[in-house]
Amino acid sequence: MFESKSGILLLAGLGFFILAFVSNAIVPILMYKDLEEQTVEQLVDPKVNKNVVAELRDLERRYPETFQKYIGEASPARAAELLEKGRDVYVGEGCWHCHSQFIRPVSNESKRWGPVAASEEYENELQRPVLFGTRRVGPDLSREGGRRGSDWHVAHFWDPALTSPGTVMPAYKWFLEENSQGQPVPNEKGFAIVLYLQWLGSWLPYPTYPYYEQTEEVLGKAGY
Amino acid sequence: MTEASVATGAYPDVSFETGPLINRRIILAYFLMAVVFFTASMLGGLLMAMQLAGWNPLDGLQAFSQGRWRMIHTNAIAYGFIANVFLGALHWAIPRLTMNKVLSVKLSWFIFGAWQFVVLATAVGILIGEAQGIEWGETPVWIDPLAQVGLLLVAINFGAPILKMKGPLYVTLWYFLAAFVWTFLTYAMGNFMPEYLVAGSSGGAIAGLFIHDLVGLFVTPLGWGLMYYFVPIMLKKPIWSHGLSLVGFWGLAFFYPLNGIHHFLYTPIPMFLQYGAVIATIAVELVVTTVVINFFGTIWGSGGILKRHLPLRWFYVGMVFYFITCAQCALQVTMTFQKFIHFTDWVVGHAHLVMFGVFGFWLFGIMTYLFPRLLGREWASRKLCEAHFWLSAGGMFVMFLDLTFAGLFQGWSWNGLQPWLESVRLSQPFWQVRLFTGLFIIAGFVCFAVNLVKTWSLARGSAPESEASPVPA
Repeated sequence: MFESKSGILLLAGLGFFILAFVSNAIVPILMYKDLEEQTVEQLVDPKVNKNVVAELRDLERRYPETFQKYIGEASPARAAELLEKGRDVYVGEGCWHCHSQFIRPVSNESKRWGPVAASEEYENELQRPVLFGTRRVGPDLSREGGRRGSDWHVAHFWDPALTSPGTVMPAYKWFLEENSQGQPVPNEKGFAIVLYLQWLGSWLPYPTYPYYEQTEEVLGKAGY
Repeated sequence: MTEASVATGAYPDVSFETGPLINRRIILAYFLMAVVFFTASMLGGLLMAMQLAGWNPLDGLQAFSQGRWRMIHTNAIAYGFIANVFLGALHWAIPRLTMNKVLSVKLSWFIFGAWQFVVLATAVGILIGEAQGIEWGETPVWIDPLAQVGLLLVAINFGAPILKMKGPLYVTLWYFLAAFVWTFLTYAMGNFMPEYLVAGSSGGAIAGLFIHDLVGLFVTPLGWGLMYYFVPIMLKKPIWSHGLSLVGFWGLAFFYPLNGIHHFLYTPIPMFLQYGAVIATIAVELVVTTVVINFFGTIWGSGGILKRHLPLRWFYVGMVFYFITCAQCALQVTMTFQKFIHFTDWVVGHAHLVMFGVFGFWLFGIMTYLFPRLLGREWASRKLCEAHFWLSAGGMFVMFLDLTFAGLFQGWSWNGLQPWLESVRLSQPFWQVRLFTGLFIIAGFVCFAVNLVKTWSLARGSAPESEASPVPA
C-alpha cells in the first residue's frame, strides 16, 4: 500500500488532504456558523454604527469640490459602495502586506492598539478574503478608525514622511488630485481608502473607539 | 575530463544523447521562461529593498508602486520561476523514470502556453491593481479558473506515464503523484473558498492552509521528488535507506497538511486548532530530519565530489539550508517565539531561505545540470558557474542572518512599546545590508544569464544539426 499508486493517490493524495481540510477548515466553519456574515449595508447602517456616515460627512466638509465630483451625497448607500471600493484599493495596492488587521493578546499589543481581535469582528463581507495580514512594516490598522483626522491620512498618502518622519511607506499620489486652488485633495480612490481606514475599529464602543496608545508611562521611563 | 565538463558533473561516459523519450525543446522553453520571470521577480525584490532602505528613486510612481511589485516578486517566483523549472524538469525526469512518454506533446505545448499566459496575466493584473487578497494567491480572480484547468491538465499529462507503469513505484514518483493531486486541491481551496464562500476567521484558517500547502504540498514534494531522482544518478549510488524514504514521504503526507493555521497564531481562529497546528509543525521537523539524514547517508564517503560537481553542490547546500529553516521552524512555531517574531523580518528571512536558499538552489542546480544536456555542449564558462553559486550562497546566507536579527530587534522594540517609527528607524541598518545581499544574489543570477547566452550561441554555432534535429514526440 505504501508504495502503490492507489495508496499514494487515495490515502496520501486525497485522504490526508481531506483529513486536514476537515479538521482545520470545516471545524472552524462549523464553530462559527451561528455568527452571521454581515453585508456592507448592515455595517454602515447608522443605527448600528453611526461613525462611518459621520466620517463620510466629515470628508464632504473638508473636500467639498472633489466630493461633489466623485461622491455626490454622504448617504449610507454611498458609504457602503465606498467601503467596498476602499477594501479593493487596500488589497490591490498591497497595503495588507505591510499592515496587519488583528490585535494579539500578547506583546503589549492591546496597550498599543486597543481591544484584542474577536471573531465576530471579522464576520462580514469586507473580510472575504480575511485581511489578517502576516507582516507589520507599518502598524496594525484594525483600530485605526477615528484615531486621526482624514486630513492626516490625505497628507500621509501625499508624502508619508510629512506626518511620520522616518517612515518607509511609499507615497500614493494617485489617491489624490489637485483642486482649483492647486491643493492635493482626495479623488475617488482617495475617498474610498480614507473611509475604509476610518471604518476600521469604528464598530467598537466608547471608550475603545477611538483608541490611543497608552505608552506615556513606558516612554517616560525610556527618556523620550 | 576537461576543466569545463566537471562544472556540470558530466562524466566522460555520459553522452549528451537525450533519447527519443525526451522533448528537449519544451524543457528549454520552460527553463527560458523561468529565467525571464526570475528577472522580473528580482526587479520586484530590488524595488522593495530600495524602498525599505529609503533609497527608492521611483517612489510615488504608480507603475512602480512597490506594494504592487512586492506581489509580483512573490508570484513571479512561485508561479513564474519555480513552477516553470518544475514543469521543465518533470519533462526530463518522468519519461526517463517511467520509460513512457508524457501523454501528449501537443498537450504539453498547450499547457506551456496556457501557463505563461496565466503568469503574465497575473503580473499585468497585479500591476493594474487587481490583485486578490490572498497571500501567495494574488493572481486576480479572473485568472484563477484558467490556472485551475492548467493544473488539471498537468496532472493528466504527467499522471498518464506514471499510471501506465506496473508494480511498486520509485520514491520520486510517490512524491510526484501525490503532488499533482495536492496542488490541484490546494489551488482550488485557497483561491476560491476565502474569496467567495467563507468570511472572517474560518476564511483565515483556509488562507493559512493555502499559504502552507502551497509550499508543503506543491513545492516541497516536487522538489524532494527531483532530489530523489537526480542525486543517486549524479552520485552513482542508491539512496541510503529505503525505510527512511518511506518515513519521509508518509510523514510529510500526513503532517504537512495539518500545519496551515500556524501562520495565524493568536488570531480569533479557535485556540485548540492553533495548538494542533503547532504540534503538527514540530512533527514535520522530525520527519524532515529523517529525509536529510537519508540524503547525507547517501553522500557519506564521497563528499569530496562537492568540490567539483556544481549541481550536487547546489543540491546539498540547499539541503543544509533546508535543515536550518526546518530547525528554525520548530522553534519559531511555538507560542513563546511567536509573541516576539511574528510580523517581523525574522519570518521574511525564513521565507527567503526556504524559497530561494532551498528550492531556488535545487532548481538552479537542476538547470546547471540540464542546460548542457539540452543544448548539446558544456557551459561556456566554469568560472561564471562558480560565481553564480558563490554569490547566491553568500548573499542568501547573509540575508538570512541579517533578517533574522532584524526580526528580533523589531519584536523587542514592539514589545517594549517604543513608538512605532522607532522600530522602523532601528531596522534601517538591517534593511541596508539586506539590499546589498540582494544585489549579490542578483549579480550571481547575471553571471548565470550571461553564461547561458554564451553557451547557447556557442551551441548554435558548433552544432546546427541539433537545432534541426527532428523533435522526438
